Amino acid sequence: MEPIQKDKVQQQLDSYVDQEIYLHLETTNGSYAVLRGERTISVGAFIRNVPLRFERAVIAGHGPYRVGLKMQHGWVYAEGLTDWEPERQEGLLLAGHDEEGRLAVAFQVSRTPFGKEEE
Amino acid sequence: MKPHVLVVYPHPDDETFGPGGTIILHAQAGTPVTYLCGTLGQMGRNMGNPIMANRETLPKLRKLELQQAAKILGISDLRMMGYHDKTVEFEDREVLVKRILDVIEEIQPTVVYTYYPGHAVHPDHEAMAEATVEALSRIPAEQRPVLYCQAISNNRLEALGEPDVSVDITSVAEIKLQAIKAHYTQTAQTAARLEKAYANKDPEIIPWLTVERFYTYRWE
Ligand SMILES: [Zn+2]
Repeated sequence: MEPIQKDKVQQQLDSYVDQEIYLHLETTNGSYAVLRGERTISVGAFIRNVPLRFERAVIAGHGPYRVGLKMQHGWVYAEGLTDWEPERQEGLLLAGHDEEGRLAVAFQVSRTPFGKEEE
Repeated sequence: MKPHVLVVYPHPDDETFGPGGTIILHAQAGTPVTYLCGTLGQMGRNMGNPIMANRETLPKLRKLELQQAAKILGISDLRMMGYHDKTVEFEDREVLVKRILDVIEEIQPTVVYTYYPGHAVHPDHEAMAEATVEALSRIPAEQRPVLYCQAISNNRLEALGEPDVSVDITSVAEIKLQAIKAHYTQTAQTAARLEKAYANKDPEIIPWLTVERFYTYRWE
C-alpha cells in the first residue's frame, strides 16, 4: 500500500455515491495484545461485505485521515487511515498501520463482494 | 501401526512457531505428516515489512507462504479447511469435529499435535483444539493416537505444571528458522532480529529454537 493521496481517494469515494456497494470495515488492537501485556483487553470488530448505499462521502484530515459515509439513516465512520491501494482495479482499499506496520484499521468499499477471487 | 503425524491448527504459521522443529524431526525420520490448517489467517495484522499486503491480497500471500513453509518442514499432506480467520468458534462445532474425525479415520494418525484447550489464547486456537480433543474422544481408547498439546497462556505453569515432553530440536533449528522466514508477511519484522539473536546465541532466543515442549493430553 502507499500513503493516502487525499484528492484521489475523494474522487473514488464520489464515484460510489448513490450505488449499492459492499463495505469491509475493521478495527483491532490484535488478539495477542493481552498476552503481550500491552492492553487489558483485546479489542476488535469487523464487518465484511455488508451491502449499503450512501449519499455523501468525505475523506478529512491531514493524515492520518478520517472517512465518513452519510447514509439515509446513519453513518459509517473510520479514523486512523494512513495508506491506500492505488493500483486496485475495483474497490477502494484504505487502511491504517501503526508504527510497526501492523494493520489497526481497514475501510474498504467495492461494487462487488470482497474475497471472491482471493479465497 | 504405521506411524503418521497429524497436526491441527487454525492459522498458517501456528504449525511453525508451535511444533515446527518436532515436525521436521518426524519428517526426517520418514514419518508422513498431515497438516489440517483451519484458515488462511485472512485477518492477520502483519502485512510484511515494508508493507506488501492489504486485507484482500493477504490470504493469497499467506497460502503461498504456508505451502512454502510446509515444504521446508517436510509436511507431506497439507489440507486447508477454508474457514475464515477469527470465525472458527462461531461455526457449527459438530461439522468441524466431524471434518477432523473424517481425516483421523482416513489417515489413522499415531500422534496428533494441537494447542492445549483453555491455554491457547486466540479464540480460533481454542476452537480448533477443542474440536480436535472432541474428535479424538470419539475414537475407542485403545485405538486413540497420542495427543500432544502446546500451552501458550500466561498461567500455563500454575494451571498445568511443567510440560511432560521436551523435544530437543537443536539439530533442526536452522530449518525451523527457514520456515519462520517463509511466513514472510507475518515474520518480516521479527525474522531478521530473530536470526541475529540466534547467531549471537542470545539466551532469550536460544531456548525457543532448541526445545519444544508439550503436554501429553490425559483422557479421563
Ligand atoms: Zn494462530
